[in-house]
Amino acid sequence: MIIGVLRDPDPGERRVAATPATVEQLAKLGYQVVVEPGAGAAASFSDEAYAEAGASIGDPLVADVVFTINPPPAQRLDKLAEGTTLIGMLNPRLDPGLVEDLARRPITALSMDAVPRISRAQSLDVLSSMANIAGYRAVVEAAHAFGRFFTGQVTAAGKVPPAKVLVAGAGVAGLAAIGAAGSLGAIVRATDPRPEVADQVRSLGGEYLEVKAADVEVSSTGYAKEMSDDYNDRAARLYADQAREVDIVITTALIPGRPAPKLITAEMVAAMRAGSVIVDMAAANGGNVEGTVAGEVVVTANGVTILGYTDLPGRLPAQASQLYGTNLVNLMKLLTPGKDGELVLDFDDVVQRSMTVVRDGELTWPPPPVSVSAAPAAVAEKPAEAAPKPAKKPMNPLLVTGIGAAALFLLTAAAPAALRGHLTVFALAIVIGYYVIGHVHHALHTPLMSVTNAISGIIVVGALLQLGHGGPVVTGLSFAAILLASINVFGGFAVTRRMLAMFSRS
Amino acid sequence: MTIATAASAAYIVAALLFILALAGLSKHETARSGNTFGVAGMALALVATIGLAVDGEIGTLNLVLLVVAVVIGAAIGLQRAAKVEMTGMPELIALLHSFVGLAAVLVGWNGYLHVEADLDGTEANALKSLDMLGIHSAEVFIGVFIGAVTFTGSIVAYLKLSAKIRSSPLMLPGKNFLNVGALVVFAVLTAWFVIDPQLWLLIVVTVVALALGWHLVASIGGGDMPVVVSMLNSYSGWAAAAAGFLLENDLLIVTGALVGSSGAYLSYIMCKAMNRSFVSVIAGGFGIEAGPAEDKEYGEHREINAEGVAELLTAADTVIITPGYGMAVAQAQYGVAELTRTLRERGVTVRFGIHPVAGRLPGHMNVLLAEARVPYDIVLEMDEVNDDFAGTSVVLVIGANDTVNPAAMDDPSSPIAGMPVLKVWEAEHVIVFKRSMASGYAGVQNPLFFRDNSAMLFGDAKDRVEDILRAVSALQPTR
Repeated sequence: MIIGVLRDPDPGERRVAATPATVEQLAKLGYQVVVEPGAGAAASFSDEAYAEAGASIGDPLVADVVFTINPPPAQRLDKLAEGTTLIGMLNPRLDPGLVEDLARRPITALSMDAVPRISRAQSLDVLSSMANIAGYRAVVEAAHAFGRFFTGQVTAAGKVPPAKVLVAGAGVAGLAAIGAAGSLGAIVRATDPRPEVADQVRSLGGEYLEVKAADVEVSSTGYAKEMSDDYNDRAARLYADQAREVDIVITTALIPGRPAPKLITAEMVAAMRAGSVIVDMAAANGGNVEGTVAGEVVVTANGVTILGYTDLPGRLPAQASQLYGTNLVNLMKLLTPGKDGELVLDFDDVVQRSMTVVRDGELTWPPPPVSVSAAPAAVAEKPAEAAPKPAKKPMNPLLVTGIGAAALFLLTAAAPAALRGHLTVFALAIVIGYYVIGHVHHALHTPLMSVTNAISGIIVVGALLQLGHGGPVVTGLSFAAILLASINVFGGFAVTRRMLAMFSRS
Repeated sequence: MTIATAASAAYIVAALLFILALAGLSKHETARSGNTFGVAGMALALVATIGLAVDGEIGTLNLVLLVVAVVIGAAIGLQRAAKVEMTGMPELIALLHSFVGLAAVLVGWNGYLHVEADLDGTEANALKSLDMLGIHSAEVFIGVFIGAVTFTGSIVAYLKLSAKIRSSPLMLPGKNFLNVGALVVFAVLTAWFVIDPQLWLLIVVTVVALALGWHLVASIGGGDMPVVVSMLNSYSGWAAAAAGFLLENDLLIVTGALVGSSGAYLSYIMCKAMNRSFVSVIAGGFGIEAGPAEDKEYGEHREINAEGVAELLTAADTVIITPGYGMAVAQAQYGVAELTRTLRERGVTVRFGIHPVAGRLPGHMNVLLAEARVPYDIVLEMDEVNDDFAGTSVVLVIGANDTVNPAAMDDPSSPIAGMPVLKVWEAEHVIVFKRSMASGYAGVQNPLFFRDNSAMLFGDAKDRVEDILRAVSALQPTR
C-alpha cells in the first residue's frame, strides 16, 4: 500500500506527519511513501531528505493511507478515493461537524487524539507526545516574556532571587513544564486534583501543593474530571494565595470533551506583580485564565502578560514532527500485523476501536468507553493491561540507618571494655568494605570474589596462633585448619592472578 | 620493640594492604596491582604470625607441623588454581568457601577446648577477671555456627555447580519454618552455653548449623547460584570476623568484615538484577507460582541454519552477542571469540551484552570471554548496551533464556515480571542458539522465540558456532 503525507495548507501549522527517519521505518513495514512537495519545509525537512530516505515526492491524495496533522479542508477530502484511510488529529470529541462530514464519505478515518490511555497504547499517544513538547515550550515562552532570570544568582551587582513558577495541572504537559522550569533554576510548585501525581511532581523537583478537600479524585479514564464546589472553593483560595506570590503561572487544566475549567480569575490576575507572565495552555479550549485570548498575547492593565498560544507544539516543529511521526509508525506497526504493507483494522482491539471515527463510510463514533487508570484504587482494570510489577521499593534508608545505629549502640554499650575496641574496628571495616566494593567494574566480579576468598583465608592466622597451645586435639584441629586455609590463600591468589592475566584490551 | 608489638604493627599494615587490594580490584587498570597488594598483605600477616608462634615457644614438633600444613595447603591450592577450567570457576570458588567455613569451625572448637573445657585454667581465669568469659562462649558459638553454615552450604553449592547432584531446588515441607527454627534453636542454645558451657551443646549447635547450611542451599535452584555464591562469600568473611573476635585479633576482624560486606554488596547487586529481594532468593522456590499462565499460544517459531546465520552476520553492520550459562556448558566461548575476531576483521562492529546474573557466578561470562581473548572493552554491561539493541542488525543469543525474555517487561502475570532484561527483540534479527524448545531455568516460556524477527538455531552451541565460522569463511575468502 501507499502512504501519502500531506502538506498542511495553513501556514501557521509547521509540523508534518512524517520525517525522513520515520519514512525509513514505514518502508520496513512494507509501505511506499509519497510526500507532498514542501510538506516538511517548515520543520526543516527538505524534499531531498525525504527522497533520500526512500520516499517519492508527489500527490499524496491518491494514496491508500493518508497521514495528516490536522483535518484537511473539505475540498481536499473530496479528492480522497473510496476506501482511503485518513489518519490524523481529527479532534472528534469537540468537532461534531467534521465527524458528520467524514461519515458522509466512503473512507475510514482514524483519530490519533482518541487513543485510549492504557499502557499498551502509550507508544501511539500523540496527545502525550504533543503535551510533552507543549509543556517544555510553555516554559521557554514564559522565560522569553519574563524580564528576569529564572535561576537565582549572586553577582557583583547584587543578589537575584530565583523566579517562582506555579504549574496548574500535573499531567504530561504540566510535568514537562515542571521539569523544564526546574532545570532553568526556578522554584516550581504544582497543583493537581489527583493526589497520586504528588510523587511524580516531587520526582521532577517540584513542590506539590495539595488542595485539602473531602472528595479525593480517583480518575478512571486517566484524565482529570470536573470537581465538586467545595473542592473548587478551596482550590480558588489556593490559587489566589499563590497568584500574589509567584512570577510565572502555567495552566494546563483540560477535561476531555468539555471547555477548560476557569482556574485563575481576573481578580487573581490583577493581584499579580507587574512583569509576571501567565501561559494558558488550555487557550484553545476556552482557557483556564480569565482574559486569555486564544492565539494572542494580552498585557493586562497591571502589567501581567497572558500568553494564549494554541500552537505550542508547532513552535518546536522538527521535534514535534519526529514524535508525531514515530507515534504514527507505532500505529502502523499495530495495524500491519503481517509487516507486508497491508493495513488491517481489528475492531476487537480496544485501541484500534477507540480511535476509529468512521469505518468504510460508516460512523463508529463515539466508541464504547475504555476504563483504565494508573490509580491503585481502580480495581476494574483489566489484568491484561495492568501496569508491570514495579521494581521493589527499597526500605527508607533513614529508618534502616536508625535501626542499625540503635542496635550498634545497645550492643556496644552492653559490651565489656575489652570488646569495645574490636567492635569499633569491626564496624569501620564493614563500612570500608562497602565503599571499596561499591564501584567495582562488572567484569571484575569473579576476580573480586576469588581475591576476597583468598583474603578470607586470613583465618589461617587464627589457626596458627592456636597451634601448640593445648593438647594433641587442639594441635590436630589447628593443623587441619591451617592446611585448609592455606589452600584458600594460595589457590585464591593464584587463580585471581591467572584470571586477571587473561583480560586484555582490543 | 618486642615480637608482639611488631606483629600487631604488621597486622595493621596487612589490613591496609587488603583494603588497597579490594580497591585495586575495582578497575581493569589497577586489578593486577590490587592482587599483588593482597599477596603482600597476606605474606606480611603470615610472617608476623609465624614470628609470634616461634616467639611463643611452641616447640620444634609443632613448628614442623605448621610448616608441613602450610606447604601441603599451598601445594594443593596452587595446583588447583593452575588446573581449573574457567567454566569451572564457580565450583572452585564454592569449594574454597567451604574451606574457610570448615577452618572457622575448627578454630571455634579449639577456642572451646582452650578455654571453656578447662574452666579453672589460666586462660579461663584471665577472661573471668575481665568479665569476658560469657562473651568468649558466645563468640565460640557464633563462630562455629557461621562457619558450619558456610561449610555445608558451600559443599552443596559445589555439588550443584559441578552437576554432582541435581540443581533443582529441594522442596521440604515447611522449609521456611525449618530455617527459622534452626535460628531459634541457635539463639536458645547460645544463651544456654553462655550460662553453662557444656560440650554437648557445642556438638548440637554444630550439627544444627551443618544441617541448616545444607538445607539453605539445597532449596535454592541453579539459576540463583550467582546470589548463593556471593552470599557464601559474604558468610565466609563473617566466619573469619567471628574467629577474630574469639581470638581478639583485629586483623581477622577487619579482613572478615571487608570480605563479609563486599560479598553482601555483590549479593545485593545480583538480587537487584533479578528484581527480587534477598529474602526471597534465600527462601528459594522460584518459578513455582508459574503454572496456569503457561497454556498460552505463542504461535510458530522459525528455524534457521548455520549458513543463513553466516549470511546475516556478514551482511550486518552491528552485532551484539548475549551469552548465558549455556555458552559455558557447551564450552562455546572459544568459537564465539573466533567468530568475533573474524567479523571484526571484516568491519562488523561486534559487542557483547552481559546480564548481571548470566552464568553461575557474578562476572562469570566476563571471565570466560577474557579466557578466550575477547577484549574486555567490547564486553558491556546490560545498562550500557540496552538502548543500542534498536539500532543493531543481528543479535546472537547463546545459551541465555530468562535474561532475554520480553515477558519480564510485557506480561505482568509472568513470574519473572519486573526483572530487568536485555531488550534483544528490538534488534532487526535475533538468532537464538538452543538445544531444544524447553523453557528456561525459571520454567517460563519465552515469547522471544516466537517473534517475527527471531529465528532458532538448534543444536550444541559449540558445534553451531563452528559451523557458522566455516560458513563465514566460505562466503568470502579472507583477504
